[in-house]
Amino acid sequence: MARTPTTTVKIGWTIAAWFIAFLIVFPILWTIITSFKPEAEAIASPMMWPHWTLDNYFEVQSRSDYFRHFLNSVIISVGSTFLALLIAIPAAWSMAFAPTPKTKDILMWMLSTKMMPAVGVLVPMYLIFKTLGLLDNVWGLTVVLMLINLPIVIWMLYTYFKEIPIDILEAARMDGALLWKELVYVLVPMAVPGIASTLLLNIILAWNEAFWTLNLTAAKAAPLTAFIASYSSPEGLFWAKLSAASTLAIAPILLLGWFSQKQLVRGLTFGAVK
Amino acid sequence: MGSITLEHVNKSFGTHAVIPDISLDIKDGEFIVFVGPSGCGKSTLLRLIAGLEDTTSGVIKLDGKDMTDAAPAHRQLSMVFQSYALYPHMTVYGNIAFPLKMANQPKDVIDKKVKDAARVLNLTDYLERKPRNLSGGQRQRVAIGRAIVRQPKAFLFDEPLSNLDAALRVNMRLEITELHQQLKTTMIYVTHDQVEAMTMADKIVVLNAGRVEQFGSPLELYRSPANRFVAGFIGSPKMNFVDGAEAAKYNAHSIGVRPEHFTISRTSMPGSWKGTIGVAEQLGSDTFLHVHVDSFGLMTIRTQGEQEFHHGETVYLVPDATRIYRFDKDAQSLK
Repeated sequence: MARTPTTTVKIGWTIAAWFIAFLIVFPILWTIITSFKPEAEAIASPMMWPHWTLDNYFEVQSRSDYFRHFLNSVIISVGSTFLALLIAIPAAWSMAFAPTPKTKDILMWMLSTKMMPAVGVLVPMYLIFKTLGLLDNVWGLTVVLMLINLPIVIWMLYTYFKEIPIDILEAARMDGALLWKELVYVLVPMAVPGIASTLLLNIILAWNEAFWTLNLTAAKAAPLTAFIASYSSPEGLFWAKLSAASTLAIAPILLLGWFSQKQLVRGLTFGAVK
Repeated sequence: MGSITLEHVNKSFGTHAVIPDISLDIKDGEFIVFVGPSGCGKSTLLRLIAGLEDTTSGVIKLDGKDMTDAAPAHRQLSMVFQSYALYPHMTVYGNIAFPLKMANQPKDVIDKKVKDAARVLNLTDYLERKPRNLSGGQRQRVAIGRAIVRQPKAFLFDEPLSNLDAALRVNMRLEITELHQQLKTTMIYVTHDQVEAMTMADKIVVLNAGRVEQFGSPLELYRSPANRFVAGFIGSPKMNFVDGAEAAKYNAHSIGVRPEHFTISRTSMPGSWKGTIGVAEQLGSDTFLHVHVDSFGLMTIRTQGEQEFHHGETVYLVPDATRIYRFDKDAQSLK
């Protein structure tokens, strides 16, 4: 039997945990505090407690229209996630319930595409986008983000579907359900927790995606990542405004993550412990 | 109508033939039991009929129509799974209604049929519950309700009682048999339990390594087994076999005597086999004696009522000469 830890040990671990958590959150905390400082104070004394001001936020909105970028981010992340699910649910179904000897290889191959540096395909992608007239277009970007996250979405759903007893799907077939009814009435409702956490994780990944959004957009389709980057300009760095822009960019996803952390943790650790 | 015909059905996984070649003719309304040891291919055969597995070759006909390549949804067969396979996200009502919903039946018809089925199966009080809030027996009843509500051509049961405790199993066995008598629909029932096979079936298919060893009524199989495998598999406790010189006396390679076809006494009789009692199992209505017979090995004897035999006692066994089964060297029965 494991020894029950003493109170001292418990206190020690709790302090250590809080300290590590503080270290992790510190950059975000600093960004948020800096965003409320006047610009001069932000550069002169980064460690000082601020003289609170909301000027940076007003200036950021008036200079670069936060809400337009926010809307682009929402369209790109939510759109790419729903498109990915539309493809991934049938794909994961076939891999989980009708596997062939090559299924594992296909899964590994899909994952291997995530290991390739994105910059390696930047030039061909850029040229394809230019030819198709999709540069600086939200829908083009939505498709790209869908494609780059598709392997992870399929993998996650595959892991969830593997946990569903095939007997239940077979029972549906015997009860007269053809393929799409089996998916709609039986598989999807049973996999709701898995699909929800996949959806959340993919929205977060797409929201944070910076490489493709910076390279394939200019102004019209630019999401929040491009909005932040625009504050690192040749005229110099504006710490306070950059912080305000960053805070505005991460706030929605931080809130989403906060309210759905149970689902997310379950999604990320699924299959690790039976 | 619900006749099922299998013509030279073969199923192989890679190079391994699970079912080398089976032909069977199941008539409308029959209660057929597929019985055999684990891995004999009985569940695979049922899944081939259901359409959940594809045949490698051969033809499966339902009511004379070739359905070999039809999807399970189009075969109009109902199946009850060993794991019940209820839809966990639906209520009992939703589970029973599901096949009707798939058949696009109107809501009021669904409602009436679900409630009728629930009444027959004593599930009326549980219609709003989810499967996880039901006992094993209730879940099994829901699975049966889901199967009967659609009035299929035939019911397929894949070891439906093996997850239930012994007492419940006996009850459900009776309920399924009664259901068959009421509905008169073809039923195919897979089990490894030969007691279930004997008590429920109109006809039994004994399977071994993917082959049909014998197809006949329970008493036909009991009285005239086609070979040593069937003789050993049907009957409980198992038949006793004797090889060698004793079998040669009967012009056979080996002989078999069922445990219930012996006379046992404490005094020697002409032609008796001498042995020592190992274990005496008292069941009240019967006593099973495990006797070490000199030169033949361990034999099981069934005697009626309470018998006072004890470990180490010497006894004499006389097999009933009219009930001795003879087998040739290929283990086939000799007439």
